[in-house]
Amino acid sequence: MALLEIQNVTRRFGDFTAVDDVTLAIEAGEFFTLLGPSGCGKTTLLRMIAGFDLPDGGRILLNGEDLARRPPEARPVRTVFQSYALFPHMTVEGNVAFPLKMARTASAEIARKVAEALEDVRLTGFGKRFPHELSGGQKQRVAIARALVTHPSVLLLDEPLAALDAKLREEMQIELINLQKEVGITFVYVTHDQTEALALSHRIAVMNHGHVEQLDAPSRIYSFPTTRFVADFIGTCNLLVGPVLANADDMITVDVRGLGTVRVSAASGITVGAEGAIALRPEKISFRGATEEIPSDNHFRGTVSDFLYHGDVTVYKVTTDGGATIEALSANSAAGRTKFHEVGDAVELSWPKAAGHFIAG
Amino acid sequence: MSMNRRGAALGKWLVSGPPILYLLMFFAIPALIMVLASFRTPGDFGGLAPLLDESGRPDLNVDSYVRFFTEPVYAQIFVKSFVYALLTTLICLAIAYPLATLIARSPKRHRDLLLLLVILPFWSNFLIRVYAWMIVLGPQAALARTVNALLGWFGAGPVSLLFSSFAVLVCLVYVHLPFMVLPLYANLEKHDQALLDAAQDLGASAWQRFWRITFPLSLPGVYAGAALVFIPALGIFAIPDILGGPDDSLIGNVIKQQFLETRDWPFGSVLSIVLTVAALALAGLAAWVGAQGTRRKVRSA
Repeated sequence: MALLEIQNVTRRFGDFTAVDDVTLAIEAGEFFTLLGPSGCGKTTLLRMIAGFDLPDGGRILLNGEDLARRPPEARPVRTVFQSYALFPHMTVEGNVAFPLKMARTASAEIARKVAEALEDVRLTGFGKRFPHELSGGQKQRVAIARALVTHPSVLLLDEPLAALDAKLREEMQIELINLQKEVGITFVYVTHDQTEALALSHRIAVMNHGHVEQLDAPSRIYSFPTTRFVADFIGTCNLLVGPVLANADDMITVDVRGLGTVRVSAASGITVGAEGAIALRPEKISFRGATEEIPSDNHFRGTVSDFLYHGDVTVYKVTTDGGATIEALSANSAAGRTKFHEVGDAVELSWPKAAGHFIAG
Repeated sequence: MSMNRRGAALGKWLVSGPPILYLLMFFAIPALIMVLASFRTPGDFGGLAPLLDESGRPDLNVDSYVRFFTEPVYAQIFVKSFVYALLTTLICLAIAYPLATLIARSPKRHRDLLLLLVILPFWSNFLIRVYAWMIVLGPQAALARTVNALLGWFGAGPVSLLFSSFAVLVCLVYVHLPFMVLPLYANLEKHDQALLDAAQDLGASAWQRFWRITFPLSLPGVYAGAALVFIPALGIFAIPDILGGPDDSLIGNVIKQQFLETRDWPFGSVLSIVLTVAALALAGLAAWVGAQGTRRKVRSA
């Protein structure tokens, strides 16, 4: 039995269905992420697990017990809020001790557990400070220590790193992974940031319009998206759309508008003539000047219409001779000064059939 | 650069000069005149005796201060005034806190209207509002008749609501209530709902959320409201004059009496100075205790 079970949960606000018949099973000790754009229902789902909102339909079970009748203060679930929500009139110790006091823990025990929790988040020695004397990253750690000090069954994190700058965010991601491993508590993490979700999670549920579009491990979500939305939302992706021409010899042939015939590895349950899309990541495309000849499953000519230099890589937008636009990455990994292609340069794009991934529908 | 700086300095003086001048002329100088008056001798027919006596020496003495500290009736009136002001403050707080909470939590589009209703009484004259209570509490009004009918059933004699400590206190609370509601509202309205959500998530019941989070965070508003109610209530004279009985004279009435009826200006000045110093000392003490209280609460939390 899973630790946290969400069964057919639905939540409506007037005419708007925020969460639409969602079923999920989250295992004990898992780092589980709800990923999706704003308004996809991920935060509403999190608030229902915490108890701040109640489902209109369906059930939420924790260890097999229906949580419907338990108010937030009686659920063995803790939340780390996006704004941290530290109590400004209490010190760091006061904040971390708060849930222990609410649980009527003996004061000697409180002192010991607070010290432990602060050590877990590497804030020993900060106990006497007030929240306004801390940096963003430190506040974040206090919020986590406060939520973990009572050893809840589930820790809910609502975009906890959104307010931090990029560098600090990466540090905190690594700390979160280590912390979760150390304490072994189930994390349910909500974010709209796909790189964060990919980096942190054991499993990701990609949500859109209140539905779960795909539930899988990060690498599978990235490499084998099952819907066009997931392919498009996670990273950058070329979606090559068109009818299936043939499905034979472990290979699907698709007639892509503006490009021509594109070959991709076979998938099951494909009907010839049906519409489909090939998800092709920019980094899987070989990108060369027009003079070289590369034998490959897919090979197209085009001209550079735009490029963005990112330092480590350059992103090129290439307009093919047929009129389609394809995004390709070129790693600037060669020694010395990298050779660039200017706008208007003729280039060749090629990729093996295994580079793409076919999405039916 | 230096021209600019000189221009900025001139601008600063032009902006802050008039209010400073105003305060100097109408607050600081009169206050000093009052301090001086408290050491002078009352005139034979009221007012003040000449500053220089016949021999040309300044006629300054502490007789009025000695009188204040040797005649216990004045200290008693002071204590009574403090008790009235304190009761007014506490009752105002008890009424204003739920009211301010209600307004702060009501939908944004209703808040302005509710606040308007709180300050609406200011649109009519203070004395008119005090006189209105004479009618409300008068012996022929429905309130007094109902109360006396009820008392009659229990065999108790009829009481007069008007011209009593009760009337004074009711009106003191009525007049000062908005001064408690407004600072409390201004404070409560800024509270972050996420803090209460967090407290609930961490296991706090509704009462614990109020007592541990909302109330301590609202203390600055409580102190501001208490100061705005307590200090004016301490010096009030119109309400006891109009609604009080013979025993309801407060220190404000005595001061007024000294200046306008007894015409003993030095003694009136002494009473005013003692009142001002006492009010300032009390406000300072309250602020200090408040700051200590929050600090201690934080430490033990």
